[in-house]
Amino acid sequence: MTENATAPLIEFAGVTKRFGALTVLDNFNFEVAPGEKVTLIGPSGSGKSTVLRILMTLEPFQEGRLTLDGLSYQEPGGTGPFRASERHLREIRSRVGMVFQSFNLFPHMSVMRNVAEAPVRVLGLSREEAQARAVDLLALVGLSDKKDHFPSQLSGGQQQRVAIARALAMRPRVLLFDEPTSALDPQLVGEVLAVIGDLAHEHDLTMLLVTHEMRFAREVSDRVCFFDKGRICEQGTPDAIFTAPSHPRTCEFLASVLR
Amino acid sequence: MPWVSYLPSLAQGAFVTAWITLAAIAIGAVLAFVAGIARVEGGRAVSTLALCYTELFRGTSLLVQLFWFYYALPLIGISFEPVATGILVLALHVGAYGSEIVRGALASVSVQQHEAARALNFGRLHTLIHITLPQAIIEMLPAFGNLAIETLKLSSLVSLISIADLTFRAQSIRNLTLDSAGVYTLTLLGYFAMSLVLMLVMRLIERLARRGAAFPRAAHS
Repeated sequence: MTENATAPLIEFAGVTKRFGALTVLDNFNFEVAPGEKVTLIGPSGSGKSTVLRILMTLEPFQEGRLTLDGLSYQEPGGTGPFRASERHLREIRSRVGMVFQSFNLFPHMSVMRNVAEAPVRVLGLSREEAQARAVDLLALVGLSDKKDHFPSQLSGGQQQRVAIARALAMRPRVLLFDEPTSALDPQLVGEVLAVIGDLAHEHDLTMLLVTHEMRFAREVSDRVCFFDKGRICEQGTPDAIFTAPSHPRTCEFLASVLR
Repeated sequence: MPWVSYLPSLAQGAFVTAWITLAAIAIGAVLAFVAGIARVEGGRAVSTLALCYTELFRGTSLLVQLFWFYYALPLIGISFEPVATGILVLALHVGAYGSEIVRGALASVSVQQHEAARALNFGRLHTLIHITLPQAIIEMLPAFGNLAIETLKLSSLVSLISIADLTFRAQSIRNLTLDSAGVYTLTLLGYFAMSLVLMLVMRLIERLARRGAAFPRAAHS
């Protein structure tokens, strides 16, 4: 293997994140290889969503270093909470996409516009190009017939699939899923997981998934990381983590969620 | 039926009232958006400036503002026509109250919407124009409707800087005829009719905006 192929796409080195007196990530080290599919599991409040939110530049962090695709999140001499210019943050964001727990579709836009708007406004595509891209992606998530609907006319599962298409339309290198099925009625979870599962076959797409769907995590991920108190307590292949967890906290957590 | 003879004069006054009110609402709406957006999106200096404007005009009497612009400002060499003064002061009033409406509606757009915009790499201007403002405007419309009617009623104060609006005409006729009951009843009806029209127009705009945006009120997820 060449050195380039093994270089991590994402690298957290000693990152500490605090909300006031609460330390959410504590001297956190974490690497993700290009194309890797990593699932983050753990009790709520353990810092797994914060990892995604920091990667999306929705949250700044206080100490340590974070790089993505060779870009450092903080600039030397950078100011503001992020210690980086807005221009630099946008450079980072152009490589990352995110799917939220509560979908966060734009309620005043049709499904088509939800997907095509950012490619037009941000990437500078023509309306026709962006719509062609949106048509393909809506077909991918199985919602070709809903393109003229508004989010309020869709089920939660359909909304989340639109949100996935919307994120993919920006062609990110890294796609972050922050508990994508937690807000859904149980009978709608499957359709969203099916779409995410299909994406997991995309060789070039790097995926980070925070989820409580353990069976699904086991099926789609290359690596599972168990979080506890702002650190990765144990990580490994899905089989290793789910069949032979070694850390007592991991055993305890898995016992409680798998029952 | 003496009151029939009042009608031509009152109608002329009503026309002046309508003109001043509509001009003030139009100019004031622009001021409201500028100041309201400055409050939310501006840097510290810009938003402080907008805040000062808002509080200065909300915190002082409209009547005194009118007197100040009409009687005091000419003393330092700046003077306008009475009607221009009336429109200007009312517009500043609409702008000050309207900026609070704009600010509140923009602030009510959920954090999740901002985060979704950021995750899609929208810049600040695009986020404002394409994502937050279109959602906020719908929320603003009912409050702007109230403000428009409030402005119509407050416009009667301009009669005190010698503008021949509806109230001014009513006073003149009453001074001549001493028919307080007839004149003031007609004047009230005049204001009521105009505010009814304003209300209907605002309702229509609201309905069109909702249909244009095509999402029902409860659709915020």
